[in-house]
Amino acid sequence: MEKAIVARGLRKSFGPVAAVDGISFEVDRGEIFGFLGPNGAGKTTTVRIVNGILKPDAGTVKVLGLDVLQDPSRAKECMGVLPELANAYVDLSSWQNLMIMGKIYGVEKEARESRAEDLLRRLSLLERKDDRVRNFSRGMKQKLLFAMATISDPLILFLDEPTSGLDVQSARLIRQMIKEENEAGKTIFLTTHNMDEASQFCHRIAIIHRGKLVAIDMPNELRRTMEKAQIVEVRFARKPEHLEVLERLSGVGRIQLSGELIRLFTEDPDRTIRELVKYANSTGMKFLSLNTTQATLEDVFVELTK
Amino acid sequence: MRWDRIWSGSLVVAEKNMRIYYLKAPVVIFGVILPFFLCLAFVLGRQISLATLVPGIIGMTLFFTSSSVGPLITPWERNARTYERLLSTPLPLPAILLGDTLSGVLYGMAISFLPVVVGVTVFGASLRHIALLLGGMLAGAFTFSALGVLLSSPPTGAPSHIMMLSALVRFPLVFLSGVFLPLEKLGQMGRIVALISPLTYVVDITRAAFEGSSYYPLAIDFLLVVGYFWVFFYLATYLHGKNLARTL
Repeated sequence: MEKAIVARGLRKSFGPVAAVDGISFEVDRGEIFGFLGPNGAGKTTTVRIVNGILKPDAGTVKVLGLDVLQDPSRAKECMGVLPELANAYVDLSSWQNLMIMGKIYGVEKEARESRAEDLLRRLSLLERKDDRVRNFSRGMKQKLLFAMATISDPLILFLDEPTSGLDVQSARLIRQMIKEENEAGKTIFLTTHNMDEASQFCHRIAIIHRGKLVAIDMPNELRRTMEKAQIVEVRFARKPEHLEVLERLSGVGRIQLSGELIRLFTEDPDRTIRELVKYANSTGMKFLSLNTTQATLEDVFVELTK
Repeated sequence: MRWDRIWSGSLVVAEKNMRIYYLKAPVVIFGVILPFFLCLAFVLGRQISLATLVPGIIGMTLFFTSSSVGPLITPWERNARTYERLLSTPLPLPAILLGDTLSGVLYGMAISFLPVVVGVTVFGASLRHIALLLGGMLAGAFTFSALGVLLSSPPTGAPSHIMMLSALVRFPLVFLSGVFLPLEKLGQMGRIVALISPLTYVVDITRAAFEGSSYYPLAIDFLLVVGYFWVFFYLATYLHGKNLARTL
């Protein structure tokens, strides 16, 4: 089956700065693909190239087999896009915003109206459909933007920070809608800073750093590939005077301090715990807590983008 | 993308612009109030027949109104963060800019009928060729509107910057174009300078519609007005595309 997205050797520079530096990836149909990276890593530029908004200096992009650079309009017909920091037309009502987007995508009147009504109902906006968007809260605007991205019932949805800045209920509702769209067979390309969201949702994740892809895999695999992927978390009654001693314990790769909590990244938690007990006995330190955990996606992200 | 989809997409963009921008303060100020007061200043205290001023007033009104919408739309959309989403739709950039142009055309045509009606009914100007007037106004509205769209191409998200630039470009053109004086009454230098302004040819057509004769052959007038439209629209498409990455 045709891949949803195939990007090959994408490059884009702004002056001397290479924003995107030879990126290649593929996204399968029906997949939720997470695209992560620190600010300024090249995420937005990459997404804009894939969306056919920006032309790359080099490379090719195909969406459902359609060449985005040669035939952007046809490729864009398959996509619904929620750009980062986008806004709806605040002088229009939510209904008018949806009708305009539907018309631009060539959705027939009947289908446009019934889909708009369905989306507004599911997003709890139907009662406010004739109100100007200017009077909407941030969460309501974001829900409307999601509806505008999906009004044409696109096969691929590009969502850039869809839940950023939303209250818990609105974020949950949007996540639920994303799941439903995916279950209906849509491919989701999700750009986010929210590691929990990415970890929970995405079938695969790509991490971009300084314009290059530094990792691309399933979330569990990414966690596993991280060197010293297990973590021993320890809290002593008082702070150890010489933390570097802990770093030299057998099997420990590095340590991380988070308040009173000391996190030791290790390949062998059993050995590290035994060493910690020895250390506590020899220094008279008292344990307040001791447990083991796996590296989180955030740990992987920090490791790969430092 | 099929041409019918591009055209219908442009109409949707025009509809969106009409709903959003027609009543925005910069459009009303630069497109309605300013030409109104210019007309007033133009008419008051002059010792010539008001009827002879009508073609110039119509041309000037059409010029200001048609070119007042275009400069606002793109900077406003950049500022309001609606531009990128519009660009992510299947509409190619020329279709979006055509929609912007159409909204300026409709605005200019609608408002410019007022001086036509007032000119005929109040000032007693005699309209000899209504089809010629409509054709000239329509061609002029497209050209002036495309000029407005071209003026919005610099990469800024501040509508006020573009409105200043557009005032800077549009005001001199009014004085260079035989609006206040018929071309034959301009000096040699004035006539040479007037050649560069598209408004010259639109006013020449409106004069022909009212007075029965034009300074230049009408075919040349129309050819140049349409030619200016294509130049403005081509440049607008090129510059908007070129500046796109810097404006998102």
